[in-house]
Amino acid sequence: MASTGLVFIAFVLLHMYGNLHAFAGEENFNEYAEHLRTIGEPMVPYGGVLWIIRIVLIVSLVAHVWSASQLWRRSNEARRTRYAVKKNVHSSLSSRTMRWGGVTILLFLIWHLLEFTIGKVNVAGGATNNPYELLVDSFQVWWLTIIYLVAMVALGLHLHHGTWSAMQTLGFTGSPMARRRAKIAGWVVAVVIAGGFSLVPLFTLFGVITY
Amino acid sequence: MRLTLKIWRQANATADGSLKTYELDGVSEDMSFLEMLDVLNEKLNTEGEDPVAFDHDCREGICGMCSLMINGEAHGPEVTTTCQLHMRSFNDGDTITIEPWRAGAFPIVKDLIVDRSAFDRIIASGGFISANTGSAPEANSVPAPRDKAMRAFNVATCIGCGACVAACPNGSASLFLGAKITHLGELPQGQPERWDRVVSMVGQHDAEGFGGCTNIGECAGACPKEIPLDVISQLNKDLRTALKHGH
Ligand code: HEM
Ligand code: SF4
Ligand code: FES
Repeated sequence: MASTGLVFIAFVLLHMYGNLHAFAGEENFNEYAEHLRTIGEPMVPYGGVLWIIRIVLIVSLVAHVWSASQLWRRSNEARRTRYAVKKNVHSSLSSRTMRWGGVTILLFLIWHLLEFTIGKVNVAGGATNNPYELLVDSFQVWWLTIIYLVAMVALGLHLHHGTWSAMQTLGFTGSPMARRRAKIAGWVVAVVIAGGFSLVPLFTLFGVITY
Repeated sequence: MRLTLKIWRQANATADGSLKTYELDGVSEDMSFLEMLDVLNEKLNTEGEDPVAFDHDCREGICGMCSLMINGEAHGPEVTTTCQLHMRSFNDGDTITIEPWRAGAFPIVKDLIVDRSAFDRIIASGGFISANTGSAPEANSVPAPRDKAMRAFNVATCIGCGACVAACPNGSASLFLGAKITHLGELPQGQPERWDRVVSMVGQHDAEGFGGCTNIGECAGACPKEIPLDVISQLNKDLRTALKHGH
């Protein structure tokens, strides 16, 4: 759970940074997208590094979702009869929404890949072979931007708890001070990643990123 | 004080239970929560109804027997055990819902009493040190660093009440487990069995049907002895070290 979660954190951090190239305009963004495929050439074939990353992510996703489902099942079996009254006053909202939040992220991930990677769906009917155009066309549609923002709220919550939880699972938070630091790291990771991802859709919707 | 009590009544381990409502008048705010239940039971006795079964022993906050979920909080609204909770923490006219600890590994015996022998089996699986019998050894013959001794003493205050399990949304006993692992693992006397201990205690914990920890933190908030969450980090660290070295 923790190790695969950390793989995802590294990935979303890089992905978020990559998206910000959209602010530098069409040429820069498309060049970046192409560069992702040419990294390491000619040591590795075209798209090779990208495929290695994809395989690591797919394996991590399977392991992450499998572990999550095991925890979910054990949790259900550990308490068959629910409390008539139960207060949760000592825990964060994010810690209690890991499962359904995770499912939300998974559904979003499927849609996201269909839209930009596998299916290349351009809801505005424009070109699909130009990454920048596909991006701008998509986020000029208000409801697509909303879907992305909702997903980023789910991701932010997941990372807020996930970051600290991974530190705790790996045994790095053996003192009150270390615990406080891990919780602050959770906030930073959540705000930087969810916030950073949200910039591109928002600035496109409001016409700053355009072609 | 006048209270409305909604109490879980269940005749035995296999019977279906339900919440039953009782009105109780004349409760003093100086009474402990258990004394309030004693008053209710006297009333039920005179009315010919089966008194409410609940667990208790020392009534001074050290044995860990009293185990009640009070208005959705383990041991009620204060950081203490149910026996040390006083009625001044409630208001005249309050409705108080009282339920047993809910965990598959703590089966209900009757009403509010649960069987916590799962904890005893976890302790038996590794929560001990080996020492020679005979006369007590000289206490100062094994030096322990002060910070480690203090940490061990602090977490050794765990009374095995099970509030952590009751409060945990996953029904995990990781705080209890972490308290024992940290307590014994910090002291020189706990070293010989340290790595086998963590592996077998975690194995027993899982075999008893407790849930997996996702670091939510309700346990530490409910713990009457304020065992901190860092014992769970220690537990994970010790388990990882032990598995790495093939225990
Ligand atoms: C795809 C669907 C996903 C599901 C169903 C899911 C579900 C879960 C669940 C149930 C947990 C356990 C709660 C805990 O241990 O704190 C968890 C932990 C975590 N998740 Fe996810 N998650 C998903 C995707 C993601 C993604 C995309 C990321 C990264 C961006 C991520 C990062 C993390 C991290 C860092 C943890 C903490 C690991 C730990 O507790 O040791 N998850 N996830
Ligand atoms: S850790 Fe705290 S709540 Fe859990 S059994 Fe020990 S004293 Fe009770
Ligand atoms: S009765 Fe002993 S701790 Fe409450």
